[in-house]
Amino acid sequence: MKLSLEYKIKSFLNQIGIQIILISVAAICLFPLLWTLSASFKTNQTIFENMSLIPRQLHFVNYYIAWTQGHFGTYFLNSVIYTVVVVAGIVIIGSMAGYALARLEFPGRRFFFFLLIATMLIPVPGAIIALYLLLMKLHLANTRIGYILPLINGGLPLAIFLFKTFFERIPKDLEDAARIDGCSKFGIYRLVAMPLARPAIAVVVIFNSLTAWNEYILAMLILEDDKLMPLQRGLMNFYGAHLAQWSTLMAGIIITTIPIVVLYLLMQKHIISGITAGALKG
Amino acid sequence: MNNCKLKSTLSNYLFILPALVLFLVFSIYPFVSMIRLSFFSWTGIGVFKRFVGLWNYKDTLFNNPIWWQSLRHAAYITFLALTVQNGLALILALACDRDIKGGKFYRVVFYLPPVLSGIVVGLIWTWIFDNYGLFNHFLNLVGFSPLTRAWLARPGSALSSVAVIHMWKGFGWGFVIMLAGLQSIPRSLYEAARVDGANSWHVFRKVTFPLMIPVFVVVVILTILGTMQIFDIIVATTGGGPGYHTEVPITRIISNILNNQRFGYACSQGIFFGLILLFFSLIQIKISRKFKPHF
Repeated sequence: MKLSLEYKIKSFLNQIGIQIILISVAAICLFPLLWTLSASFKTNQTIFENMSLIPRQLHFVNYYIAWTQGHFGTYFLNSVIYTVVVVAGIVIIGSMAGYALARLEFPGRRFFFFLLIATMLIPVPGAIIALYLLLMKLHLANTRIGYILPLINGGLPLAIFLFKTFFERIPKDLEDAARIDGCSKFGIYRLVAMPLARPAIAVVVIFNSLTAWNEYILAMLILEDDKLMPLQRGLMNFYGAHLAQWSTLMAGIIITTIPIVVLYLLMQKHIISGITAGALKG
Repeated sequence: MNNCKLKSTLSNYLFILPALVLFLVFSIYPFVSMIRLSFFSWTGIGVFKRFVGLWNYKDTLFNNPIWWQSLRHAAYITFLALTVQNGLALILALACDRDIKGGKFYRVVFYLPPVLSGIVVGLIWTWIFDNYGLFNHFLNLVGFSPLTRAWLARPGSALSSVAVIHMWKGFGWGFVIMLAGLQSIPRSLYEAARVDGANSWHVFRKVTFPLMIPVFVVVVILTILGTMQIFDIIVATTGGGPGYHTEVPITRIISNILNNQRFGYACSQGIFFGLILLFFSLIQIKISRKFKPHF
């Protein structure tokens, strides 16, 4: 069967139309980011005058000012510390609890699992108020640990759920063999189960890194000391204190965003499949 | 022997102990104390709390036009997100579902804004929507100079501008989920419909649409839950202003504790708002049980 010329032309025009739509939307996605990058190399005087995408001169000094005088060096280090500790905490505590739910017997197991599902499904937009009061009462406001612990707790329900589902699906044989060899329960978890759980660990690490790095509301409520602030809070702090310093702010935005974009580009396959699985199966 | 079994059970508890402690301290306790506090009037400092019964709720519901306004603002942004943002996401997903050149590239680009933080996105767009910013510059270039204005600072345009920013950040998320839904539909169904002489519109209505309903439900509910709780973008763009023109529920709650020191009042608002969201959350649970996803 031969396709008619008319049909060919029609489908060709169709393709072009679709491509035009897709390219326009892609441009709308990318241009604000590219212009931000470009503005971070302009001077404060030219930033609102010279709208060209490619700056005439590259003023790297914006980055130097942001990093030192703007304290973005401190903020960056803080964000790295918070993200690493929070994600490590979620992986360790979450995998242990997930392993217990999948493999170990203890009274109250079903209830614990029920609580977990409930916290994932019930939105509590006001809980942040009580959390804030609690941290004040415990003298944990304006401390690193007071910021880290609630964030670990926030990531746990989904992580425990993911680990539980994963551990239930791997065969028990290896663990049984290790038990016969005299391995302790904790030893089996650490030496047998965890090495097999690498795909689940990867998903938990990637998603919680994004969440921890982008967190703002708790940092806004409880961190007042400049030396403790992560990048998102630092950005708002800088913006509030130097309203007109757009070029330095743009450098700060790029410093804040680059780690996320790099992580995203490296892991985009996992991120996109993870987000769809999370939304459609959860 | 019994002793040994008890010991084994206790050691099993050690596995969930850290999670349980964190959970009790940072989820359960705040939840319970929030409910309790909503019946008190308290400034947050000192031990003195005055029991006021349901007064906080009554005042929020019947005597607080700004609170209702903030809910309407969030509902307005949510409505735009449900129609414009998700409509665009669906069109793009349908376009990318075919064998299209650069399909992978588009997927990566469209999902880039959703991974950025609300603060970063808000600040970038504050600069774009500035009176001297990129958007007005663009309007001048294409000859629409009468339209230029300080988009985020004018009462008439602030809320819609915030909605545009929110949709820019969010449409890629809906796109990715709907594309995954479309791709899970077996191609043979399309071919069968074609053989029966159906045109594109018929195929969409009779094959694609019914199979996509569970996916639509998930996208709709998660859009509602996410957009109603919008906060970071507001903080980084308008801070709720000008006046109260972009106030949303979370900014009201936060402002009641940080600026007004009305902790009990803020808790009652949090619970009331939580109940509204719970309603949508329950619909999702109910519907997702009815439609077992076929992925």
